[in-house]
Amino acid sequence: MNASLPHATPPAEAVMEAIDLAQSYEVSRGVFATSATVKAVAGISFRLAPRSTLAVVGESGSGKSTLARMLTLIERPGAGSLRLDDVDVAEADARTLRRYRGEVQMVFQNPFGSLNPRQTIGKAIEEPLLVNTSLSAAERRARALDMMSRVGLRPEHHGRYPHMFSGGQRQRIAIARALVLRPKILVLDEPVSALDVSVRAQVLNLLVELQEQLGVAYVFVSHDLGVVRHMADEVLVMYLGRAVEHGPRDAIFDAPLHPYTRALLSATPVADPEAKKERIVLEGELPSPFNPPRGCPFNPRCPLVVERCRVEMPPLAARGAQRVACWVTGADAPAAGPALT
Amino acid sequence: MTALLSIRNLSVTFATGRGPFRAVDKVDLDVAPGELVAIVGESGSGKSVAMLAVMGLLPWIATVTADRMMFDGRDLLALSARERRKIVGRDLAMIFQEPMSSLNPCFTVGFQIREAMAAHLDLSRAQRQARAVELLELVGIPEPERRLKAFPHQLSGGMSQRVMIAMALACNPKLIIADEPTTALDVTIQAQILDLLLKLQKESGVGLVLITHDMGVVAETAQRVCVHYAGQQVEMQDTRGLFRDPHHPYTAALLAALPERAQGRLLPSIPGIVPGLADRPAGCLFSPRCRFATETCRTVPPPRAGAELGLALCHTPLIAGVPQRREFAA
Repeated sequence: MNASLPHATPPAEAVMEAIDLAQSYEVSRGVFATSATVKAVAGISFRLAPRSTLAVVGESGSGKSTLARMLTLIERPGAGSLRLDDVDVAEADARTLRRYRGEVQMVFQNPFGSLNPRQTIGKAIEEPLLVNTSLSAAERRARALDMMSRVGLRPEHHGRYPHMFSGGQRQRIAIARALVLRPKILVLDEPVSALDVSVRAQVLNLLVELQEQLGVAYVFVSHDLGVVRHMADEVLVMYLGRAVEHGPRDAIFDAPLHPYTRALLSATPVADPEAKKERIVLEGELPSPFNPPRGCPFNPRCPLVVERCRVEMPPLAARGAQRVACWVTGADAPAAGPALT
Repeated sequence: MTALLSIRNLSVTFATGRGPFRAVDKVDLDVAPGELVAIVGESGSGKSVAMLAVMGLLPWIATVTADRMMFDGRDLLALSARERRKIVGRDLAMIFQEPMSSLNPCFTVGFQIREAMAAHLDLSRAQRQARAVELLELVGIPEPERRLKAFPHQLSGGMSQRVMIAMALACNPKLIIADEPTTALDVTIQAQILDLLLKLQKESGVGLVLITHDMGVVAETAQRVCVHYAGQQVEMQDTRGLFRDPHHPYTAALLAALPERAQGRLLPSIPGIVPGLADRPAGCLFSPRCRFATETCRTVPPPRAGAELGLALCHTPLIAGVPQRREFAA
């Protein structure tokens, strides 16, 4: 695979670098059947610069949540390396891991499920400090109150319970809890998909402001391309556990190369009834990860499929500003990729 | 053209432990045959409850009142429960939000599709089976005979939603109410399901009410849009007009808050949240969050503007983003 990163000029510093990350699971299929191996994620590489946002886009089953679990060190990568501060945490011992867990924090999708209903939100925000630092109770409280004011919560909220808050406020609490250790990286797993439009805008604005204030880098996992276009600096499109396209936001949105990226963009409804657009409706659904198709994982649904796609897996290779894994529109293809109709 | 569904002043009140809660407040709706009307609103705007009231699916703690609730020439309010059940499921069908949880896990999908036909249509067992196969083909499920024997857990989300659509279509309804039919699905599957609904609607001339919170879905499908806020209908316009020149400040703010329509790094967000049971303002329900709110807005419930202003429920409806002061008639 592409171990060397094809950035023309690699970013001067990276807070996180992933090289060929992969994860697979053994899944038992019943008493008499042999267990199967599911490749949830394979061959994901990227560099994350400070203060930047990498969006990971894909549909359910694309492996984006597995990737998020590896990046947050909840799971050790099955293969490949994950470097933080030039330390490979994929092979680090438990003590090193513990130190680096504070550097990468996570905000989960559902703010109703991710907060303990029996814990006041003050306690919830202080808990990471209790576990990871040796601050006194008063210092922890001060740090928590400071973080609460940064995310737009009032000091009197400190002793209240999660059920007393709306969805948007709960997501603010979850963000405060994730940032209280001052991580360098925040992994956001669909942070606004459970929120209403008017509240979603508030939370997105908060994330933008916090990034400017604290210089934290985001890995933003989402399926909402409108939100991704607004937030991201770089976009990684995943399909069935693999990166199919990766590049700067404007390149991905203005000149997408991979047929899946194009279909995804055209399938996203645009809030403008006068916009004329060709919608590419893909046939079928995501194949089962137990039994991925031979060759390119997208070939059964691809409108541009050629014989080679069914036999050989295309590598992720540079073409223009982005990297794309496709035989038809990728690096080896003729100058302009064929039109998709 | 006579309306298929005609509702005037529909209100739904729930008796809760903390007093009555008005979830739907004086809502009007007309749907013509072959028309696609979207109802947009955030959670708690009463959009689903209003349509559940039309279907007669609300629990006993709900009190439904309306000046008129006519469907296909019959008064739904005057019908007995038994007569109403003859209409619901046959002429009036509903597609629910979460396909995975709205199918019964204990029965095959074939059984569940045939069940509606057994209740409403005079068909033999073999005819029902043939119709079920036909329906699954219509909604684009490959190998329909085999799929009819499948249980819901054996189907993906997109497939389950197709089964729900097939079930709604089973008795050739005149009106389908689709409550967030694509919210639980991925975008590429959402595109498939929306295309399917539009195709069916075009071919069979069925009226369709689409409940959604996604402005993108509205823009791409609906002919007319009703915007709901906190149980009230704050604006009603044809789709192009609504996106070009929203007249209610809530609609305008909602559209401006969409990331794809935003200009700068920060989105123009709407401060605050939807009022709950305890903190309903005296005047306009949107006044605490509205940037154009005046003292009148905070104290006096707003009147409804004319059709040229999108029937906006507002003291100062917007034209091209500018509030219009009107002579206030007390």
